[in-house]
Amino acid sequence: MPEDPADRPELREALEALTGHFAGAVLAGAVDRGELSVRLAKDALTSALRFLKEEAGFNALEDIAAFDNLGSAGEGGRRFTVVYRLYKFPGALRARVAVDVGEGESLASAVPLYRSADWAEREAFDMFGVRFEGHPDLRRIYMPDEFEGYPLRKDFPLAGRNGGA
Amino acid sequence: MELREYDLNMGPQHPSTHGVLRLKLAVDNEVVLGVEPVLGYLHRGMEKLWESLTFTQVVPLTDRLDYIASLSNNLGYCLAVEKLAGIEVPKRARYIRVVLAELQRLASHLAWAGFMANDIGAMSVLLYAFQAREEVLDVFEEYCGARLTIHGIRIGGAVRDLDAPLVSRIRAVLEKVPRRLEDVRALLDGNRIWKERTVGVGRISGTDAIDYGLTGPSLRASGVAWDMRKDLPYSSYADFGFDVPLGANGDVYDRYLVRLEEICQSIRVVRQALDGLPEGEFTAKVPRALKIAPGEVFHTIEAPKGVLGFTVRSNGSDRPERVKMKSPSFINLQALDHMCRGNLFSDVIGILGSLDIVLGEIDK
Amino acid sequence: MSDGFEKAPFLLTRADLFITWAQKNSLWPFGSGLACCAIEMIATAAARYDIARFGMELFRASPRQADLFIVAGTVTNKMAPVLRRLWDQMPDPKWAMAMGNCAIGGGPFPTYSVLQGVDKIIPVDVYVAGCPPTPQGLIHGLMTLQEKIARSHPTKEILDPDARRPC
Repeated sequence: MPEDPADRPELREALEALTGHFAGAVLAGAVDRGELSVRLAKDALTSALRFLKEEAGFNALEDIAAFDNLGSAGEGGRRFTVVYRLYKFPGALRARVAVDVGEGESLASAVPLYRSADWAEREAFDMFGVRFEGHPDLRRIYMPDEFEGYPLRKDFPLAGRNGGA
Repeated sequence: MELREYDLNMGPQHPSTHGVLRLKLAVDNEVVLGVEPVLGYLHRGMEKLWESLTFTQVVPLTDRLDYIASLSNNLGYCLAVEKLAGIEVPKRARYIRVVLAELQRLASHLAWAGFMANDIGAMSVLLYAFQAREEVLDVFEEYCGARLTIHGIRIGGAVRDLDAPLVSRIRAVLEKVPRRLEDVRALLDGNRIWKERTVGVGRISGTDAIDYGLTGPSLRASGVAWDMRKDLPYSSYADFGFDVPLGANGDVYDRYLVRLEEICQSIRVVRQALDGLPEGEFTAKVPRALKIAPGEVFHTIEAPKGVLGFTVRSNGSDRPERVKMKSPSFINLQALDHMCRGNLFSDVIGILGSLDIVLGEIDK
Repeated sequence: MSDGFEKAPFLLTRADLFITWAQKNSLWPFGSGLACCAIEMIATAAARYDIARFGMELFRASPRQADLFIVAGTVTNKMAPVLRRLWDQMPDPKWAMAMGNCAIGGGPFPTYSVLQGVDKIIPVDVYVAGCPPTPQGLIHGLMTLQEKIARSHPTKEILDPDARRPC
């Protein structure tokens, strides 16, 4: 694609520094298609994000996307994968941090580091049931509070249960 | 006066909440202590629905996200899918997309101007802005038949070619819009009432804005020059010269000025794109049943509301495994509490208007 | 049937004509703008399509002051009780219009959170199809409603409470 951002040297440096600091926790890392992509063990999430924010300069959290691996090949062997998308401004650098978390397990909340994580984590909780420890107010954001079930899970039917109630 | 905290409910049915948004306000007499938005009144389950549709079938549904700027949603999604599938979009198609996207930005900002002014009380501006917007919508209607949920940008390119009559029609519209804009500016820019209601209201600093994830004109009004069309250009935007308007104070007035100036810049880009429209195809050849090998991509564009992103994950079939939308209005709304604290209760409307949110995008 | 009708039908039908003429030419919409259709509704109220020529430019924010409930957009399960309460708050005589495919029957969203049609919770008088309906379509729907109002008998409803529409 003519407009793909090049694999800039700053991304390589950031990847090397990250792998250097968190050797055991970085399960996979690459610079691919113009972005730094790492898979982390979930316990290292907060420290790795802090490193990326404060040392490598990724000062903006663009998105938190959760995926349900039920029925798919499954990347890390666990039910859910949560992907954090970081951006460095100025500089236009992108980082993708993926952690796997199982059903009933929880992740550390990124809200102390990035205030933009607040509603994104609530959305992941509402739609998938992934819990975030340390979130100031973890409750549903779209569905009513008393709703049962997590709609974006693969085993939740499109039309809902109870006739959509 | 002693502190008397009072909880007020605004919405979900309210003329000024730009949709079905519910705001729980905690006020002390007239000063706002905190704002808590309650969402979900327009949650339609789009992301779940998309998993059961093919990649091509998802495109018209993206229209309904930010329904005031539907072509931008089309563009954001199509670019992500093309990146994932490795589809090369011809240059003419890219230029046509730029024309459509910038015209859509025009229409979106004009609608915003009308709504925000109407909320604050200047109803004439709503009529003037919508009259200008109607002219742009006429262009869309002539192009592909639809005014609002346009679906004019498809995977691989655009739905139709831009022929010479349509190009001259667009040029005529670009002559008319600045005159309407002058009317609006004459009414509001130096207006004492407008300035009292907008200057110094709803301030947010650049650093706070980035931390809250704010993007788009609301961020640029705080002095942060983050525009995806410049940072990570897509669809040949690097070929065009345009300025990114910035504000200094990060208040409502600056957000208003930035968007009006963006209208002028959009007109500039459309003129350049029309002047330089290359020969070629208006779309790439895309198979009807588009199957994409397993992979994941995240692509962002500068939509009128902010940075719109799509994460698309494929699993080898013709349906996406997951599509996650990074919604600019959803993230921008988080900063509402920060902006409203300490302001008067009646300023909440102005601040909410200046954020330019769309509930379809927030609630998905 | 009340006595008034047997005794003086001519006067009552004249009264009907006058009342319905007044009602249909001054419908005040309660714009329940929920989603995309709301934008077309506002465009209909703007300068080009000018709903004011039908006497309907006064979109009321409070249901107590409105008589036409235009449900413009997708009705979600979370929003449904709110809409029902707003409908109940509107005083008689009132009419409801389902604008757009979502309000008619859920539109393109057969999902867990969308009510498949607003006529599941309120009685609808006119259905305006489209996604979204163009302003011309909405005006056609409003004119259809005006014809429906012209055919109604308000005096019958005033004199005979059982003739009033339920709900």
